[in-house]
Amino acid sequence: MSHIKLVTVAGPPSSGKTSVIIKTIESIAGFKEQCGVIKFDCISSLDEERYSQYGITSSTGIAGNLCPDHYFVSNIEECLQWAKKKSFTTLITESAGLCNRCAPHLKEMLAICVLDNLSGINTPQKTGPMLKLADVIVVTKSDLVSQAEREVFRFKIQQVNPKARVLFINGITGQGADKLASYITTSKEIESAETLKLRFSMPAALCSYCLGETRVGSDFQIGLNRKIKL
Amino acid sequence: MKTHEILHKSLIKIVDDQPLVLDFFKMYGIDSTNNTNSFLQTIDAFPQDYWETNGISQDEFTDVFVDFMNGMQNAKSVQKIETLEVVAGYDKNKNPEPCNLLLKPGEIICIVGPTGSGKSRLLADIEWLANADTPTKRKVLLNGILPDEDMKNNFGGKLIAQITQNMNFVLDMDVQSFLMLHAQSRYLDDAETKVQEVIELANNLSGERFDVNTPVTFLSGGQSRALMIADVACIGQAPIVLIDEIENAGVDKKKALELLISQEKIVLMATHDPLLILQADRRVVIKNGGMQKILVTNENEKAFYSELKKLDETMQAARNFFRTGNEMTSKGFS
Repeated sequence: MSHIKLVTVAGPPSSGKTSVIIKTIESIAGFKEQCGVIKFDCISSLDEERYSQYGITSSTGIAGNLCPDHYFVSNIEECLQWAKKKSFTTLITESAGLCNRCAPHLKEMLAICVLDNLSGINTPQKTGPMLKLADVIVVTKSDLVSQAEREVFRFKIQQVNPKARVLFINGITGQGADKLASYITTSKEIESAETLKLRFSMPAALCSYCLGETRVGSDFQIGLNRKIKL
Repeated sequence: MKTHEILHKSLIKIVDDQPLVLDFFKMYGIDSTNNTNSFLQTIDAFPQDYWETNGISQDEFTDVFVDFMNGMQNAKSVQKIETLEVVAGYDKNKNPEPCNLLLKPGEIICIVGPTGSGKSRLLADIEWLANADTPTKRKVLLNGILPDEDMKNNFGGKLIAQITQNMNFVLDMDVQSFLMLHAQSRYLDDAETKVQEVIELANNLSGERFDVNTPVTFLSGGQSRALMIADVACIGQAPIVLIDEIENAGVDKKKALELLISQEKIVLMATHDPLLILQADRRVVIKNGGMQKILVTNENEKAFYSELKKLDETMQAARNFFRTGNEMTSKGFS
C-alpha cells in the first residue's frame, strides 16, 4: 500500500491561499509532478484554471446546497483515492468559504491556516478553530504593512494559538514559501482515510432549515435551535 | 512546573500581574473582575453548555491556557545577539562564495547589487537561520555557534525588521494607542515612557510634527516612515533592521541611522544611493546570487563622501529655496 501526505489549507476568502499553495509547490524542483490540489468551495471556483496555468494538477469540489464542512469530510476518502491513482506523494486540500465555526484540519496531518495581514487586528480572534487548531499559520500581504503591524498581528495570532509556527509569506514573489514547503515535505504520511479523525467536531445542524425550510417564523423551527440573548 | 502554579492563582491576581491575559479571558467569556477564584475553580463552575458551545473540553481548555501563559513567558525573554555570521555557500552557478559575512550590533552594512541579484535570498537565509538547507547552502551562526532547535524557535522569523518604501500603516488606530498596543505585545514594563520616546523621536526625524491622536493611516509619507523607524528602534523586537530603498522618504536619513545604531541594532541597507552607501562601515557586493566580496569604506571614499554631502546640501537648500516661493535674482541663492 502506498502512503501519502495530506495537508489541509484553510482561511478566509481572498486571504491568498491559492497563491501560497502555488508558490510553495513551485519552490521545490520537481514537486509539481508529485503533488495534487483539491479545492473545496461553496458556489463556484476559478482556481482550477489558475493551478493548471502553473502546471499543477488540481480538481474542484463544489458543496452547492450542502454544508461545505460536511461536504469536505464526506469526500476526503475519495480525494485520497484520486491522489493515489495519480501516484502523488502529497495531496493538498484548499477550503474556502467555511464558516468560522469549523475547521477542516485532521489529526496528525499538517494543518495550515492562511490569514491576510491587511484584514484587521482582531481577525485572529474571530477566525476560530481553523486558526486555533492549525500547526502553521501563514500570514500574507505583510509586505504592505509596517513592521509594527506585522509584530502585533503575530502576537494576536500567538494569543489564540500559542503552539503554531507563524510564517510570513509573500504570495506574489514567493518569499518565505520554501520554509512552508519544508514543513510539508517533512509532515506525516497516511495509508488510508479510515484512521483519520477531525481535530474539531462539525457543528450540530439538525433543524428544519437544514432540510430546506425557507419560512422564518418560530412555528417552522423544528429541531435543534437556540435563541439569541438580547 | 512554574506554569501549573498559575492554575491555582486567583484570576484577579493573574490579570494584575499580566494585564494582557484580560484579552484571553474576554475571548473565552471569563469574567475576571473581582474574581478571587483560581482558573481551575472558575472553569469547574461552568455549565456543560459552555463546553459544547466552545467545542472544547475542560482539560483541553486548561492546556490552551497553560500554553498561552508559557507563550507569554517566552515572548518576554530578551533576545540578544552579539554576532551573526553568514557562512559562505554557493551562488546560482554552484560556485562557492568567496567570503563570509559577519554582523555586529551597532554597525551599518550596505547590500549592493542589481535587482534580482540575490539580495532577498541573503535576507531570507538570515531570517530563517539557514543551516545548509536553502538553495544557497549557507549556514548562519548566532554568537558563533549553529543555533539548536530551541534557539531557532526563539529567533526564527523574528530576527529582521523591514522598512521599505511600499509599507503603509493600515490599522484603524491613533498613533498613541497603536504604539501602546505594540509596546504591550512586547511586554515592555515601561510601555508608556517608551511610547512617548518613540513619538518624540519620530517627530524629530520627519521634521513635520504630528499629534498623538492622529490616526496612523492619516500620517504623511515622511511621518509614517519616521514613525516606523523610531518604533523599530525602540519597541521592535528584531536585532537586525533592513532598510530597503527609502531614498526619497522625507526623513532625515543620517539621524535615522544614528538612532538605530544607538539602540544597538545591526543595520542592513539595500540601496543605490552613494551617500547612504558611503555612510556604512562596510558593503557586501551580491552578484549572481552569491556574496562576491565585502568592501570596507576606505579613506578615499570617506573623503569623497564629504564632497557628495556638500552637493547634497546644495540640492536640499535649492529645494527649500524654490519650495518656499523664492526667486533667484543673482547667480546662486542664499
